[in-house]
Amino acid sequence: MSGTGGPAVGTDAGEGPESAARRRMYQLMSLILTCDERVRRGLSAGEFATTYWPATGQEAIAAALGTVLRTDDQLVTTYRGLHDQLAKGVPLGPLVAEILTRRSGVNAGKGGSMHISHPPSGLVLSTGIVGSGLPIATGVALAAQQSGSDQVTAASFGDGATGTGSFHEAVNLAALWRLPVVFVCQNNRFAEMTSTAEAQPVAHVVDRAAAYGIVGEQVDGNDPDAVYGALDEAVARARSGAGPTLLECLTYRLWGHYFGDPMRYMPREELDQARADEPVGRYRARLIVDGVLDEEEAAAIDDATRSQVEQAFVEALAAELPDGHEAFVDVYGTAGA
Amino acid sequence: MAGTDGMPDQPITGSVTKRSMREALNLALAEALAADPSVILIGEDLADPGGGISQVTKGLSTRFGTDRVRDTPISEAAIVGAAMGAAVAGMRPVAEVMIMDFISIALDQLVNHAAKARFMSGGLLNVPLTVRTAVFGGIGSGATHSQTLEAWLAHVPGLKVVVPSTPADAKGLLTTCIFDDDPCVFVENVALYGTSGPVPDGPFRLPLGQADCKRPGTDVTIVTYGRTVRDALAAAEVLAGEQVDVEVVDLRTLVPFDSVAVLESVARTRRVVIAHHATRFAGFGAEVAAQINEELFGELEAPVHRVGAAFAPIGSAPSLEAAVMPSPATIAAAVRSVMGP
Repeated sequence: MSGTGGPAVGTDAGEGPESAARRRMYQLMSLILTCDERVRRGLSAGEFATTYWPATGQEAIAAALGTVLRTDDQLVTTYRGLHDQLAKGVPLGPLVAEILTRRSGVNAGKGGSMHISHPPSGLVLSTGIVGSGLPIATGVALAAQQSGSDQVTAASFGDGATGTGSFHEAVNLAALWRLPVVFVCQNNRFAEMTSTAEAQPVAHVVDRAAAYGIVGEQVDGNDPDAVYGALDEAVARARSGAGPTLLECLTYRLWGHYFGDPMRYMPREELDQARADEPVGRYRARLIVDGVLDEEEAAAIDDATRSQVEQAFVEALAAELPDGHEAFVDVYGTAGA
Repeated sequence: MAGTDGMPDQPITGSVTKRSMREALNLALAEALAADPSVILIGEDLADPGGGISQVTKGLSTRFGTDRVRDTPISEAAIVGAAMGAAVAGMRPVAEVMIMDFISIALDQLVNHAAKARFMSGGLLNVPLTVRTAVFGGIGSGATHSQTLEAWLAHVPGLKVVVPSTPADAKGLLTTCIFDDDPCVFVENVALYGTSGPVPDGPFRLPLGQADCKRPGTDVTIVTYGRTVRDALAAAEVLAGEQVDVEVVDLRTLVPFDSVAVLESVARTRRVVIAHHATRFAGFGAEVAAQINEELFGELEAPVHRVGAAFAPIGSAPSLEAAVMPSPATIAAAVRSVMGP
């Protein structure tokens, strides 16, 4: 891989991700799971109050995104974005502070958990309106194409977004202009409280790729190696000028639409099965079997992420909320109304 | 000296050429494309040989290439959304929404994303986006192709809303919008594309947030903007024959709003009519009226009077359009009513 500051990992030809990439993906998954659990624990305990859309269960997709994409590649994600944001390199401390709407947050407490933006890590923005990130990602990719850069943009979205007009308009336009964009559908089986099966007339999200004449691929979104392989190809395709890919990653949303969701619409046995199959423990065990990590190294990674996450929460909880006057800062860049 | 079509001259220094508003807009776009490689145009039917439904972009794709003047499918959400994305990635895109009614399809991108990205990112994102759109009212296009909807946009913190009335203003304000770092909605009007006036030849920018007195007067102020400025000036001519000396203040930009210029004029004349082609009910004129009332209550000789389209869809038949839309006659009647018996 070339690029500016991206991870120094890659693939052995035809062999899937090499060991360094797999270790990195496990570290990211451990960090994401630990951080998401910590947010939920704090909310449950009444330690803080905020709105939050849990990402647990979707760690593998983010880990692959954060390992295949270069730092200068761009990612547009959604309100359910903690996993993508951490994987793309948004710094943990300011990210946690933003979720807790502190002045020290990555967006000064103005964005909140739904609207994280950190251009230095290539995390362009996170959108709170389902489907709306796809046209924006298309435009970010247009800027790269127009300026002759080889940057690739990924748009991360859920299965619910595929029902929006924005999905159609954006994928259609990106395909027409052969823009360097990868559309990454994190199919977590539910759009808010409605199952994917109830909301789409096609069998699979990936079936829709044919309508735009682009490559579509469906992978096990709980298998980081599988996502890595498919994403690596899609990114290479985009970077070479061959246009967009629709990548459907099958996963499962383990903690509901929003924190506190009673999840009455989720079949109990299906949820239990999905929790038993959750990707982080599964990948940890596989890396030990494959000799990529031993138990001691895996435990050391988990310990390190726990202490990093705890430290981030200690600092964020001690930080102040923004002053009221900051509500009027950055409404406009140049003299406004 | 009055310009052509009865429009007064701008205080412009340097050489000018008489041009239509269509030509003035084309010139502003051409100069911006020539000056800055980050300027791109995207929208429906912009490229030659069509050159835009109203020929505003005629010749630009031939001169600058179809990668910088990009035709799109009919996809308003993607046009504005992609322009928004390109803007945060460092371009200065000018998106065109062909007819203002179609902006409804792109409002999510404008209202939820472009308008708020700078704020929500704590200042990390810049959104140098311009969205050009045109009101097609008055040519019998019916209820879905005739609306004047700028009040929707003026209501959203983070957007700037610009509505030019003359070719010179159009050139100067559009250039400013393109090089401004905030999202600007630039509202054109099909009824104005063919009107002409002196337009500066060289680089020319007008600041946003500065109203312009299009006709000085002492008895009554008409506060207006865009297409309605011409009707206000026509009404003022008629009223001059009735010994009523009308001042016409052209807002030019609704956001930022030049309340200083409005209040200064109304404090002097002590009578005011606010006129626009947009629906009167909850239109931008209601905001202007409220601010005048808050600041000048007790100094007015008559209640603030508003003229705007009636609260009804715009029918296709000319008789139905005429029944709903304001005109020089309805503006003159409003002025007579605030002048009293």
